[in-house]
Amino acid sequence: MSQSSALSSSTIDQFLAGARACIPVAISVAAYGMVWGMLARTAGLSLLEVVMMSGLVFAGSAQFVALDLWTATPSSLPVGPLVLAALIVNLRYLLLTATLRPLYPSSNLGRGALSMYLVTDENWAMTVAAMARGGGSVAFLMGGGVLAWVSWMTTNVTGFGLGSAIDDPSRWGLDFAFTATFLALLLGMWRGKADLLPWLVAALVAIATESSFDGSWHILAGGLAGSLAGAILEVRKHADQS
Amino acid sequence: MQTSPEALIAILGMALVTIAIKAGGLLLADRLPRQGFAAAWLRHIPGAVLAALVAPALVTGGPAEMLAAIATGGVFILTRNLFAAMAAGVLTVFLTRLMLGS
Repeated sequence: MSQSSALSSSTIDQFLAGARACIPVAISVAAYGMVWGMLARTAGLSLLEVVMMSGLVFAGSAQFVALDLWTATPSSLPVGPLVLAALIVNLRYLLLTATLRPLYPSSNLGRGALSMYLVTDENWAMTVAAMARGGGSVAFLMGGGVLAWVSWMTTNVTGFGLGSAIDDPSRWGLDFAFTATFLALLLGMWRGKADLLPWLVAALVAIATESSFDGSWHILAGGLAGSLAGAILEVRKHADQS
Repeated sequence: MQTSPEALIAILGMALVTIAIKAGGLLLADRLPRQGFAAAWLRHIPGAVLAALVAPALVTGGPAEMLAAIATGGVFILTRNLFAAMAAGVLTVFLTRLMLGS
């Protein structure tokens, strides 16, 4: 067996493992995908616009915010605010994709940068959890990303077609699926008491930010504050020891 | 009419800023030093981001969310199974809301 075929079969395994890891959250993604499709129709998007936005933008929270701003008459469509809102809501991805650096060799960064398109909160979380256990790979990340893309796209279109016949996912507790998954992944990342303070800082800053600002600022603010606190502690401890 | 130039520009603009930010995080991180403070900072981001995602959802939620968080955490610590933990959380939220009528 040649080395390249061995390599590609393990790549396929990783891709499938990444997709499999994301199946539980993909169910919730699908439920919210239906809701988004339904609301998009109400907001006045055409089917073509739904397909283009989900296919190209592919960012759930930014797409929900966009529906608030969307107008059915093209001449009054607030193009600038729509783009700006997408930028602000997605700023947190700066932190998320930065942590994927160990998966990408510097020489191959161009392709790596393009593959960031398929990063969502869900497959990012699964991948960093796998990395913390010594696993994780680009193929693993892409497997989850492709699954999320397909379930988002198909359910957006289905929701658009079904219209208001769709149930609120929170009626079935599916809104909690994201929180539960992220909480379990967080617990799996526990490496000892050194994690306590950074996580506490992140949680408190996020809670404080969320109570005064709409949108996703709390993820960015909490993530930045907590990770900086962790780094400061770690570097201090290191300096004390040497 | 299927779409308009305005809608097309808006969607393309949204797509462009989104991929620019997603790619930007990786490209900026690549320029950071591999040791010392910057490396320690990158290592601490995943836990901090997850804590920041979870914490507000728990404190703004009601008793159903609190109970479900305990169920999720308990099942995960006992089984180390992510799917079981998620299912326990969703089921607890569903049943508690049903009982509380909220």
